[in-house]
Amino acid sequence: MNGAPPRRRPKLAVWKFASCDGCQLTLLDCEDELLALAGEVEIAYFPEASSATVRGPYDLSLVEGSITTADDAERIVNVRNASRRLVTIGACATAGGIQALRNFADVDDFVSIVYATPSYISTLATSTPISAHVDVDFELRGCPIDKHQLIEVISAQLAGRRPRIATTSVCTECKRRGTICVMVAHGTPCLGPVTHAGCGAICPSYNRGCYGCFGPMETPNVASLTAQMRELGSSETAIDRVFHTYNAAAEPFAGASGG
Amino acid sequence: MHVRIEGGRVTEVELRIYEPPRFFEAFLRGRDFTEAVDITSRICGICPVAYQMSAVTAMESLCGAQIDPQVRLLRRLLYCGEWVESHALHIFMLHAPDFLGFDSVVAMARDHPQVVADALALKKAGNDVMRVIGGREIHPINLRVGGVHRAPRKAELRTLVESLERGREIALAAVELTATLDFPDYEQDIELVSLGEPGEYPIDRGRIVSTAGLDIGLDEYPANFVERHVPWSHALHSQRTDGTPYLVGPLARFATSYDRLTPLAREAAAGVGLRAPERNPFRSIVVRSVELVHAVDEALALIDAYEEPDAPAVEVAPRAGTGHGASEAPRGLLYHRYELDADGTILDATIIPPTSQNQTAIEADLRGVVERSLDLTDEALGRRCEQTIRNYDPCISCATHFLRLEVERS
Repeated sequence: MNGAPPRRRPKLAVWKFASCDGCQLTLLDCEDELLALAGEVEIAYFPEASSATVRGPYDLSLVEGSITTADDAERIVNVRNASRRLVTIGACATAGGIQALRNFADVDDFVSIVYATPSYISTLATSTPISAHVDVDFELRGCPIDKHQLIEVISAQLAGRRPRIATTSVCTECKRRGTICVMVAHGTPCLGPVTHAGCGAICPSYNRGCYGCFGPMETPNVASLTAQMRELGSSETAIDRVFHTYNAAAEPFAGASGG
Repeated sequence: MHVRIEGGRVTEVELRIYEPPRFFEAFLRGRDFTEAVDITSRICGICPVAYQMSAVTAMESLCGAQIDPQVRLLRRLLYCGEWVESHALHIFMLHAPDFLGFDSVVAMARDHPQVVADALALKKAGNDVMRVIGGREIHPINLRVGGVHRAPRKAELRTLVESLERGREIALAAVELTATLDFPDYEQDIELVSLGEPGEYPIDRGRIVSTAGLDIGLDEYPANFVERHVPWSHALHSQRTDGTPYLVGPLARFATSYDRLTPLAREAAAGVGLRAPERNPFRSIVVRSVELVHAVDEALALIDAYEEPDAPAVEVAPRAGTGHGASEAPRGLLYHRYELDADGTILDATIIPPTSQNQTAIEADLRGVVERSLDLTDEALGRRCEQTIRNYDPCISCATHFLRLEVERS
């Protein structure tokens, strides 16, 4: 189309807070879609993959990681102010991540266990999700996130529509996949009934119970599941541990307890 | 990064890493010995299998578990997948753009579309191995103490062969390509440390060996290496107990175990004039490419040799005591130590990633590079320093394009 002005490509930014980098790596793991995506958006800020930085404002910011330092609590406000839409990616950004286990302990004890000179370390007592600090337009679950869901969320945000992300449980994905229920057939404790869908029910298809890395589904019946786990012989400690891992601070996993 | 230059001499180089601490070693206390495999995976999304393997082997050696040889084969194959994915990511997406003068792989794709398309295909071949054996690419779910949760069928592994065969060609081309890059003239004289095991390239197990003649069991790690906490960084700095720096990673593995590369990988190295030991850290990109050839080549051989095991795992009863585990993450030796009580509760955990083992050497290297580059502008010096850091492929948050260089000149 001669004469048409070049279309302005939306600016995408990817930000990291306390995390393992796996969720932003998911973007680079979209080997089949990466170059097409780079044609649709201007990758304006993505330190993992580029040394070029384009100043904000950004049309879409993807935020990985949780807030664990005073500096980061300030930085996320700046990121929000520079972003038209902000999407959190992964359990750290959405629920505080595994590092939120400090929320249930004394962080000074944690510092002194790991570091010889605790006075060199500056950290907050808690690990909190991005939504505890700024408004978030969408939260994508998972530890790590699923790459197909990531592409869907980016496409939807750029098209100005709601992402098609199911809010049901992992159980529904098991059924759709035709996997035999590991809890019913083998008596294996499984968090599938209370865990947010999105992974495609990987663990049961490898003969193990879901360990809840996508966090709680909408309105999960945790009490009913923990009763069933006790039936199957799980100790109170084991129940407590499995809920207090990758999404430890997400209600109602945070309140789930063997006791 | 902080540099002080006084009268044309570099007097201070500090790489200040303030990656927020996440306290894995603290919250592992009180967890069950079977949980460390999945929990420690979350330390690094780029090399989760390395953490998983170091954790399971520590627990298994402490508890005296004997792993079925076919299950061990699966684990090594999974690990090869991680090497392919991670090395391809590092070589093409992080490091090659530096050498070729591009900001990113996307920018590089405009001028070198076929190279980038091939790189992505190779990376995907590695990821496919992780997905088929591990269940997913990042934080795979199939490893457990005693074995794997499910052993794949032979036919599932065969689906990987075609993309790996193509990947082998791409990896060979990567050796040729990276060998033609322009390398700063720089050598370091430093002890190179890796795992070492007769008859195999160090990946998933081994004793600890070095170019200075070290040859010890994993339980002797604490007596030979120390971690130091420096005021200017959250990253701990490892040294030999006598205070000297050492280096882990591809250069170290290549130096100690060159003769255990597959014949094809050895030929590829010889074809571009690479000899062990290679002491120019900028050439680590070529060594990494040779390791890519090895990982793809060995993955194909392992798939060919695989027979489905009778059982995916053995039951492992916990024992009180201290267990040591180590494996070769793509970026170097990763050491884990756990103390368990008799019912398998973790009492203490120590995890020493390659990045902290290389920290002292990286700073020494940066000093050497800055000393040779005093005539560069601060901006050019900053880029050169970033490239130097990326020679070591440290955990990505420090590997990437983060560097703010402060130069104090007086």
